[in-house]
Amino acid sequence: MTAATVVRVKNPKRPKSKWTPGQIVLTSLGVLVSAAWMTPLLWALLTSLKSETEAVEVPTHWVPEEWTAQAWKALFESGNITNWFVNSLVVSVCVTFIVLIVSALAGYGFARTEFRGKNALLGLVMAGLMVSPAVLGVPLFSTVQSMGMVDTYWGMILPQCAPAAMVYILYKFFQSIPRELEEAAFIDGSGRWRVFFTIILPLSRPSLSAVGIFTFISSWNNFLWPYMVTNNPDLMTMPNGIATVMNSYGIQWAQLMAGGLMAGLPLVIVFVFFQRQIVSGVAHTGLAGQ
Amino acid sequence: MSAVDTVVAPAAVRSARAVDADSLRARMTRKVQHGGWFVAPFLVLFALFVLLPIGRGLWLSFTDSNISGTDASFVGFDNYREAFEDPLMWDTLGHSAYFTLLVVPCIVVLAFLLAVLAHHIERAKWLWRLCFFAPFLLPSTVAANLWQWLFNPGTGMINHVFGLETPWLTDKSFAMIAVVITTLWWTVGFSFLLFLAALQNIPQHLYEAASLDGANAWHRMVHITLPMLRNITGLVVTLQVLASLQVFDQVVVMQDFGPGPEESTRTFVQYTLEQGFTAYRVGYASAVSMIFFLIIAVVALGRMWLLRKREEGVR
Repeated sequence: MTAATVVRVKNPKRPKSKWTPGQIVLTSLGVLVSAAWMTPLLWALLTSLKSETEAVEVPTHWVPEEWTAQAWKALFESGNITNWFVNSLVVSVCVTFIVLIVSALAGYGFARTEFRGKNALLGLVMAGLMVSPAVLGVPLFSTVQSMGMVDTYWGMILPQCAPAAMVYILYKFFQSIPRELEEAAFIDGSGRWRVFFTIILPLSRPSLSAVGIFTFISSWNNFLWPYMVTNNPDLMTMPNGIATVMNSYGIQWAQLMAGGLMAGLPLVIVFVFFQRQIVSGVAHTGLAGQ
Repeated sequence: MSAVDTVVAPAAVRSARAVDADSLRARMTRKVQHGGWFVAPFLVLFALFVLLPIGRGLWLSFTDSNISGTDASFVGFDNYREAFEDPLMWDTLGHSAYFTLLVVPCIVVLAFLLAVLAHHIERAKWLWRLCFFAPFLLPSTVAANLWQWLFNPGTGMINHVFGLETPWLTDKSFAMIAVVITTLWWTVGFSFLLFLAALQNIPQHLYEAASLDGANAWHRMVHITLPMLRNITGLVVTLQVLASLQVFDQVVVMQDFGPGPEESTRTFVQYTLEQGFTAYRVGYASAVSMIFFLIIAVVALGRMWLLRKREEGVR
């Protein structure tokens, strides 16, 4: 509901605009700036299609003199990258799944049910907004270590699954759903859980997908926590493996760029297909904090 | 939907329901209680991975615990005293603050300008959004590697294209600037989307009314757009300050996990982690984390205080 209206992605009613002088200037400016913005990515792609020796040749040049998929082949043959890709996928999918369930339930609990100590708990959750692995890295590691979860999938996944921010966003959203909708169902004899699953959840699809997408992006790209909790190359995620293993002995730039593109590619492809949901999702999650 | 059914229900049914209202209210109250079950799964995770670490960190900060966690003894405020007297802590705090001071204004201004640009171009709107937002979808380490490559002395494209010979990554005065440029390219898309969404939420009739009154584009910008974007700007600034103070990924990757030229880019997070994981001083690192937590809390609470004050001012 609200998510869809936050960013007006398409406006079917607007007639095709004319090429006024103002529009020509603005559009050319837009083209220039976007081209500049995309150049680093293009450079990464071109580098990845050079041989390692050509990549570091001086003077440097844009287009490969000899196109080769050497770097990409080497990347896959070393085997690590496919491992990291799968690890990233497992971790991000699990995190997204758990976060969606847990924060939807909690958001609803805080918005619509009463229990002792609710307001105190809500305050505590707000305080949790300030905690991140960057701030509390060492104590968090020490805690996870004492649970025996260092170098495990669970150790990577579970600490990413208590996102106070997502609970807060869904709490705000559930509060905006009219109570009458629920009351009608109660009169028909439905219970709390049934109301939640048959009325609340279907109404919350835009918000839930916003939370899901945002969680997936941040989990896929999370570097710091996996970096702290594992140094086993078999367990590493994409950002982690690329930053530590591929950077360790004499950087091979063509391979590194290929690896980087591979880490970024899934989300860019997802973005192209689900642009509407992602744009409104990010805007929605952000605006909820306003 | 069911709400509509209730409203148009026949009068007879409605009065029957009124009779039943008391028992209904009782039933609803019963259902409303025990909501604790909804919150329980989250609370378990929250307790284990947020509250417990805070408590544990607080406790560890008063001990001389090492990484194995054995044989820790209570040392009172020694860790805190040492931290406050350690010039390295102040240096690293200074580096993180310097980064924040450089990057936040740049991001806010650039994100705003890009949003205004994308908002006013009438064609291919998806294209501008895609281009400006795409870098944000890269992992931080990939963005950092890419720019490390662009800034590379000798083979770097930046120097080549602009005909410079700047030692971006190896000179004290440029190393942090290079990180700022990288961060700007990588993260501006997020703030850009927030501004864009806010721009699209400004009611069109405000502009139409202003135009009728003879306001030109500049007046409309200053008197309508900017005031309407006040809240979102505050949000963007807060989010960016909080994120920038916690900067770590880009910096360490661009400096190959070292402290940078003349130790000029070691950030506060890096300092904490080095104390904990390299020097194995978990107790000391916990004390430093607690200090950091306090700093972050002050920034976040400051924002909340400002918001509340403004709301009171409006009333």
